[in-house]
Amino acid sequence: MNVAESLRFFIPEIFLLTGAFAAVFVDLFSKNKKAAGVLSLLVLIGTACLSKHPEGSNFLFFGLFLLDSWTHFFRLLALGIVGVTILSSLAYKALPSNDEGEFYSLFLFMAFGLILMAASTNLLMIFLSIEFVSLLSYLLTGFLKKDSRAKEAAIKYLLFGSLASGVMLYGMSLLYGATGSLELSAIQAGISHSSFNTLSLIALLFFITGLGFKISAAPFHFWAPDVYEAAPTSVTAFLTVGPKALGFAVMIRVLSVGFPWLAWKWKPLFALLSILTMTIGNVTAISQNNIKRLLAYSSIAQAGYILMGIAAANETGLKGVLIYLMAYAFTNLGAFTAVIIASNHFGNDELESYAGLAKRSPFLAASLTLFLLSLAGLPPTAGFIGKFYVFSSAIQEKLFALAVIAAVNSAVAAFYYFKIVRIMYLVPETDRSPIAHPFPLKLALVLMLTGVLLMGLIPSPFIAFVKGIFS
Amino acid sequence: MTAHLLSLIIFTPLLGALLILLIPKSQESLIKQIALLATGIVFLLALLTFQTFNPGQADFQLIEKAVWIPQFNVHYFVGMDGISFPMILLTALISLLACLGSFGIQERQKEYYFLYLLLETGMMGTFLALDLFLFYVFWEVVLVPMYFLIGIWGGPRREYAAIKFFLYTLAGSLLMLLGILALYFNSNPHTFDWTELVKNSFALGFQKMVFLAFFFGFAIKVPVFPFHTWLPDAHVEAPTPISVILAGVLLKMGTYGFMRFSYPLFPEASVWFRPFFALLAVIGIVYGGFVALAQTDFKKMVAYSSVSHMGFVLLGLAALTQNGWNGALLQMFNHGTITGGLFLLVGVLYDRAHTRDMNAFGGLSAQMPVYSGILIFFSLASLGLPGLSGFISEFLVLLGGYQYHKTTTALACLGIILAAAYLLLMIRRVLLGPLNKKWQSLPEINTREIFTLVPLMILILAIGIYPKAILHYMTPALEALLLKVGGTLS
Repeated sequence: MNVAESLRFFIPEIFLLTGAFAAVFVDLFSKNKKAAGVLSLLVLIGTACLSKHPEGSNFLFFGLFLLDSWTHFFRLLALGIVGVTILSSLAYKALPSNDEGEFYSLFLFMAFGLILMAASTNLLMIFLSIEFVSLLSYLLTGFLKKDSRAKEAAIKYLLFGSLASGVMLYGMSLLYGATGSLELSAIQAGISHSSFNTLSLIALLFFITGLGFKISAAPFHFWAPDVYEAAPTSVTAFLTVGPKALGFAVMIRVLSVGFPWLAWKWKPLFALLSILTMTIGNVTAISQNNIKRLLAYSSIAQAGYILMGIAAANETGLKGVLIYLMAYAFTNLGAFTAVIIASNHFGNDELESYAGLAKRSPFLAASLTLFLLSLAGLPPTAGFIGKFYVFSSAIQEKLFALAVIAAVNSAVAAFYYFKIVRIMYLVPETDRSPIAHPFPLKLALVLMLTGVLLMGLIPSPFIAFVKGIFS
Repeated sequence: MTAHLLSLIIFTPLLGALLILLIPKSQESLIKQIALLATGIVFLLALLTFQTFNPGQADFQLIEKAVWIPQFNVHYFVGMDGISFPMILLTALISLLACLGSFGIQERQKEYYFLYLLLETGMMGTFLALDLFLFYVFWEVVLVPMYFLIGIWGGPRREYAAIKFFLYTLAGSLLMLLGILALYFNSNPHTFDWTELVKNSFALGFQKMVFLAFFFGFAIKVPVFPFHTWLPDAHVEAPTPISVILAGVLLKMGTYGFMRFSYPLFPEASVWFRPFFALLAVIGIVYGGFVALAQTDFKKMVAYSSVSHMGFVLLGLAALTQNGWNGALLQMFNHGTITGGLFLLVGVLYDRAHTRDMNAFGGLSAQMPVYSGILIFFSLASLGLPGLSGFISEFLVLLGGYQYHKTTTALACLGIILAAAYLLLMIRRVLLGPLNKKWQSLPEINTREIFTLVPLMILILAIGIYPKAILHYMTPALEALLLKVGGTLS
């Protein structure tokens, strides 16, 4: 489709971009920086309302942008994630009030970048959209200009990220050299021949390295804990969910469109990656005493569980990845919202500060407990449904060793999740001052709670939604 | 009323729990009343099943089935047969009595009763679910409230005991989940439905693998010998009513799982694993007995006696005979009433003396004659005195076991002798001898406490004298099940 025809399908994204620029202007000319935040929320809701479920596959802009139900799913997911992030930032005290407007507009651009990631099937677009999202991530990580640790983390993130991008780009160049095309389907047609096996495998490895960085899979995860700990908490919430989810979207797109014929090679590789990621994440999380750092390692482990779905590479597994990502988005955003409420009051993120939280704010403690149960994958929460799916896919593919290792990992993970629960419920409080729940944060918390419980108790509409993508 | 009887039994406590959430925590007496009302209603509903439950019928009754997750063929599917029926009665009764027994708890009452009622929902659901997915959900729902109930209201080492219980059980149940999934993908058509699954016949290799996966889940809960180390910690540290629930109901979830799922779904594997099963049972019986003998802590002694007594259930199962299975199921019920009672009695003493060291007591029979009488009654029931219920079930188990393997059964008899030894030793240390001066002002057991014990005593005596009253509810279902597994009748 040429540009003029494509625009008709591109209305939500145009609206989103316009909204992002509008937010920049509101920030420039209005003293009330919260207005930019509220505007951003409205823009996101508007974009979500404008985006209709596409019929079939629509190749827009000469095939650079693919609009299908896959893109649509991740578009909605990205909008939701960014929306909740902005909502929970509205009352986040650590943000400098002068720069707040900029913060929200950056997130709208981020949403746009994420949608591009979901939609690209062309190597160039994949690279550009990933870079776009990455650059914004570096900016947001270092957003607290006066915090030296945040600055350090942003630089670290930038260096690691650039290296990963470079490696990925090199892999892409190999593919282009072999086939003369940037289009994934054309590449598949050009190299799915045994004489290209080695080359394709090397290219794929480079690709996985780059994307592994985005989804913080071990052994490409070293940046994650520092960045997650030092970034503003609402940015951390976003980084553990948004780029990760879209990283998986691109990963699956690349594997299923570009390299399905190599599945017998990359499936064991992903099984290994999955085991490595969940084990390293979980084992390192045990000894953490900072809740953001603990949740950072937990989010690495969660990526490991999701990778199980890719390692299985059957229909259950791919659906499982999407369902897991949905459940994980509800859960992790919820958990971080609870952390923001608490850190607003404590001024730090040390686990000790949570002592006796159950008495000081029963609602907050109970919500955080529920999110942790969901992260641990216990029924009746969303996390259980996600785990159920990826475990199913592994069992269905007869990957029993992987499934057993994942089960043992889940038990280990329960240990450190309950470390937080223990401190909140079993350790007496040192301070009795009541904890404030500002409205936007409370709203975000209640929304995520509803999501976690609804998806855990009545999962069938969510499953049906995901199933629609594959039919 | 009887249309959704089982759902009412499962969800009334949950309703009560949600109601408690809405009440401010200062209204302590109202909270207690609601908890008592909820457990009371559940007990009445459980009694109502007597009316509609047909003991002659082996099939599931009072079935309720509704689609839950159509994409995975998951149903909300509950039903009751002669195996779950006694468990429901036991759970309803123990929950009610332990709720009464909880009234002594002063701290954080709103949270306590909320979790307590949540726990009851989980237990009831576990015993009634006939869809493996649903079963797993209820099975896990039991875990979390239990963690808090031990961890917040327990003894000095409560945190350790709570997390140990939690992780142990969770690890086991995750392996069970893998087994459930394997079962789902190997059944044709893919299903979690118990009634459909038993129609499948799986290859022996597959059966063995999944049997093992289920085994870890259930064996940790029972607990079977090498997996028992969480039990003494959890039982000792838990507050009295929770120890009662643990011993009275939770342990039965494991053996119930074996009976309901492992044996009928993997009949060939069960026969294959039979020697190991019997061996672990006997090790549990003898080892538990010896360790109980060595204890000076009253509660710990009762806890280890549980390991020993639950071994009889396993032995009865391994026997694969009518007598063995009747004995096993009856032993599950009896152990619930007897050990539940013993834990309540330990609690009565601990509330007054604040110690559980048996050597610190002595001569209490003069100071607390009523208490002593009741304690002796429960001890005699536990050591298997003819005329009381414990005798009947252990006798049936041994009878069944004898048909299977004589040496094993002979060794198991050692457990009964050991039980007599540790229980009589306990009576001597606590009740007989000169009265320790320190306890001269120890008040006698009060009416509320007696009230929690009397129903159990009536049941113990009634079953001891006329076991057919309960056996005839169990036998048809057990017979049918045994035929499926390929065991011997009569």
